[in-house]
Amino acid sequence: MSTTLSRLDPQAVGLTKAEYEEIRRRLGRDPSALELQLFGVMWSEHCGYKHSRLTLRALPAEGPGLLQGPGENAGVMDIGGGWAVAFKVESHNHPSAVDPYNGAATGVGGIIRDVLAMGARPIALLDSLRFGPLDDPRARRIATGVVAGIAGYGNCIGVPTVGGEILVDPRYRGNPLVNVVCLGLVRRDDLARSKASGPGNVVMYVGARTGRDGIGGAAFASEELDERSERDDRSSVQIGDPFTGKLLIEATLEALRTGGVVALQDMGAAGLTCATSEMAARGGVGMDVALERVPLREDGMRADEILRSESQERMLLVVHPEAAERVAAVFRKWGLNAAVIGEVVAEPELRLTLGGRPLAALPPYTLADAPAYRPAASEPQRLWDLWKLEALPPEPDPRDALMTLLAFPDIASKRSVYEQYDHSVQVRTVVAPGAGDAAVLRLHELAPKGLALAVDGNGALCALDPYRGARLAVAECAADLACVGAVPLGVTDGLNFGNPEDPEVFWTFRQAVSGLADACRALRIPVVGGNVSFYNESPEGPIPPTPIVAMVGLVDDVRNSPGMAFRADGDVIVLVGEPTGELAASTYLRTVHGVDAGRPRDVDFEVHQRVLGVVREAVRAGLARSAHDCAEGGIAVAVAESAIAGSLGVDVVVPAGSHRGAPSSRRDAVLFGEAPSRIIVSVTEHAVPALFTLAAQADVAVTVLGRVGGARVRMAVATEGPPRRDVDLSLEELRNAYDSLTGIFA
Amino acid sequence: MRAGVVIFPGSNCDRDCVHVLRGVLGQDVAEVWHGETALEGLDAVILPGGFAYGDYLRAGAVAATSPIMPAVRAFAQAGGPVLGICNGFQVLLEAGLLPGAMLRNHVQKFQCRPVHIRVESTRTPFTRALREGQVLRLPIAHGEGNYYAPPALLATIQDSEQVVFRYCAPDGRVVPEANPNGSLNNIAGVCSPGGNVLGLMPHPERASEAILGSEDGRLIFESLIAFVESRRPVPVG
Amino acid sequence: MATVRIIITLKPGILDAAGQAVRQGLHALGYEQAGEVRVGRYVEITVPDGLPPEGIHQMCERFLANPLIEQWRFEGLDASSMAASRPRARRPRPEGRPSGRNTDQRGLH
Repeated sequence: MSTTLSRLDPQAVGLTKAEYEEIRRRLGRDPSALELQLFGVMWSEHCGYKHSRLTLRALPAEGPGLLQGPGENAGVMDIGGGWAVAFKVESHNHPSAVDPYNGAATGVGGIIRDVLAMGARPIALLDSLRFGPLDDPRARRIATGVVAGIAGYGNCIGVPTVGGEILVDPRYRGNPLVNVVCLGLVRRDDLARSKASGPGNVVMYVGARTGRDGIGGAAFASEELDERSERDDRSSVQIGDPFTGKLLIEATLEALRTGGVVALQDMGAAGLTCATSEMAARGGVGMDVALERVPLREDGMRADEILRSESQERMLLVVHPEAAERVAAVFRKWGLNAAVIGEVVAEPELRLTLGGRPLAALPPYTLADAPAYRPAASEPQRLWDLWKLEALPPEPDPRDALMTLLAFPDIASKRSVYEQYDHSVQVRTVVAPGAGDAAVLRLHELAPKGLALAVDGNGALCALDPYRGARLAVAECAADLACVGAVPLGVTDGLNFGNPEDPEVFWTFRQAVSGLADACRALRIPVVGGNVSFYNESPEGPIPPTPIVAMVGLVDDVRNSPGMAFRADGDVIVLVGEPTGELAASTYLRTVHGVDAGRPRDVDFEVHQRVLGVVREAVRAGLARSAHDCAEGGIAVAVAESAIAGSLGVDVVVPAGSHRGAPSSRRDAVLFGEAPSRIIVSVTEHAVPALFTLAAQADVAVTVLGRVGGARVRMAVATEGPPRRDVDLSLEELRNAYDSLTGIFA
Repeated sequence: MRAGVVIFPGSNCDRDCVHVLRGVLGQDVAEVWHGETALEGLDAVILPGGFAYGDYLRAGAVAATSPIMPAVRAFAQAGGPVLGICNGFQVLLEAGLLPGAMLRNHVQKFQCRPVHIRVESTRTPFTRALREGQVLRLPIAHGEGNYYAPPALLATIQDSEQVVFRYCAPDGRVVPEANPNGSLNNIAGVCSPGGNVLGLMPHPERASEAILGSEDGRLIFESLIAFVESRRPVPVG
Repeated sequence: MATVRIIITLKPGILDAAGQAVRQGLHALGYEQAGEVRVGRYVEITVPDGLPPEGIHQMCERFLANPLIEQWRFEGLDASSMAASRPRARRPRPEGRPSGRNTDQRGLH
């Protein structure tokens, strides 16, 4: 085997000639064949962030309460009272394309261990998913497989899946997206880190045994998918074992309580190679590692296989030598492997041996700090054409349009999906999936406080304007949080793009990052870390630029957090924010008319903050009986969703046009037009003046749209003279449309 | 009351049960590792939900062989109250402490949502403070809750008043539409002939606080506490 | 040592939800010819030579299968034929499982 390896050229391990030269420069010699393979995985895009690192520096990574920013396994924010939250998003796109069940399941397992590595107990999961149109059999198979995989892993480990989103677009047909967010809770004093330190401390391998699965997974994630991928790349997909994953959570938290653990990290992408080199590099130390001590699942594994294996449910610990036996005993109690495989050394050198035979000896940073590139970027000229929206199609019957929108997968009820996920385990879930704009978890540790979580992304908008699209995603997350009364703490971002070496793709990446950065600065919250997934392309082309934003917020008193459902007959429905929506780049144009064009409207964050402030105050004061952001499908869809959720009818009149601008000439723009900074709130009649006072103090527009009541949903556009009733549908008709996914996932 | 919550590898509702018993109801709780072989000084034993041993082989099958199970069996045989919730119910079935077996949900999917169950029998320590016909709203979260018993066994269970809960509509009618998993005759919970061992699929511990949307589950724990307290000898003087 | 291969399936007449799902999947892929599908478990165990079939039956009855809902068959003990689970005399179960478990135990045909 070694003879073949010694003839490896850099391309065979996915490196360029220039990168090979860089390796030689760093080492002052030629790398051995094995070392070259380690560079191959560590300098893959997936592990090395070669094409994204310099651009990501634009993201704000500071702010009050930030305990840990990017550069660790997960970001951490202080939430007061001696507690902190750790959270992170991770993509598992390529594995999910070739093996939807295992790809998604191991995505859940991987992100959980990143949060666990901070010493935090995972308390919530969210998933942001993108598929091809669900009438396509393959897209459907992927979608149902991914959902089953998330359920299979998440349910077993007892971490509730409390929210997420599913959007469909033909451009994800060949390359679905599976981004998983995990949130963990940790006492501030118990925060753990992955920085190896203390020469003489032992390096301990814990968890499942190492097998041949997932070898080359990191490299696989850094390539484009082709048609053969589905059949040929299965060996690159790891198989997860949620039972072991659950044991690893409990055992790791128990081991941390012994006080003997100095540092820890998940063995995920690039496995043992990544964990040893990153932990050593972060601590500026070295490690001696004896590979024959690694617990193996099968005989005859080669050193490079042991080093690159991506077998799941394994972690690497640095432990005080005198505590080693105590720590190992904890893992053995839970039925897991624990083996001392090496030692921390002062000299910053990673020395790998097999049966005493030296295999590699190199400074950890040479592996851990991949070179960083500033790829060429060029603005796609076709965007200018796509922004033109001259002749709009004639207006259809608004009833039909509303039914079409409600049945569209992006908007339709995800009940048949989230009912497959255990979302109530850990007895924290106050606002469950489908019940509100953001999930709310109570913190009995800090009662009556709680945490709110939302995840949003909009590839279709980012395809038209990645800068504005990214800003809109941040704005929507913040609006979702405001609806449950939460103040944003921080953001983790999942950046899913095509091939970064394509200048037009890279331009969209740069624009999106810059949009995220500006938006988070405007909200004065940090991006605590995230994930970049490039090379999301199939023979049909690249995916739309898809930055996914997950935001965590703090709720003062979860007893006041409303859902989106209307609550009682006679309640008054109020629109907070300017009524005007736009058809450009709207879901309505895309789904009802098949027109994917127009420039997305930008967010005015100064206005946005004031609107959200009013909603948050209304929630805190206990005024808001329901709150729901106007997102895809505009005011009409938002009102219909709140009506369906509450099983209560409504009678509303939507003003045609802004308080300040000219009235819209099209009824569909009034009903289905989209714009940020618009939230539908319902209050009792007595509470209307208090809400209006809050709005007036913040100089925010408020409009009474109508009342809750009856069993029909009636909507009219306010015009000169008597209003015409544009929509008059029974709740049952609307619910039938809204439940369109039931036949697919249930 | 001093209750023991048994923790199997893969249990995931153990902490929730402890939270409700200790934090909400102020009871004394012992966390019992499955590898232990004795249950001493306990008034009640709870087998919590989860995926014990990953539910590999069959749900609850491997856990039923755990070292603690002979002690659980002895505790039950001595009349001690034993409550199996969800996976704990499956363990009790596999251990033969309760009659019947669990199949995969007829909908073939894991189901997590609130359901309504009707109290069919108040002869158990867990339901004696409830009313027959009382409707409780509790969440379910399981993939294998499709209760099955062969006809002869089913007849025995029903005749001897061992069906404790049935899935029902919000108004208490036991109708097929209210059955979330295909369970025989809408059965959601059964007890031992003596009534002191109860298994149910819904999660009372997830419905024991108003902030979580229902407090109906607490009634089951409160009934148990009242039963245990009533059995204590009254101090003289 | 002999390797015993045990196949455990749900008894006929008991709803096999997994089997139904697999059948739906096969049909979705265009394999309309797929009729009834039964999904079961396969267990391989090495045992000392000369172990009587009764030993395997006991393993199945007490642990590997749930006799209330499942049936089993195995091969590999004598390399000649698949032994099948069969009507069995009632006997007290050491672990205290209810004797009712065996009441409608049927063999394979």
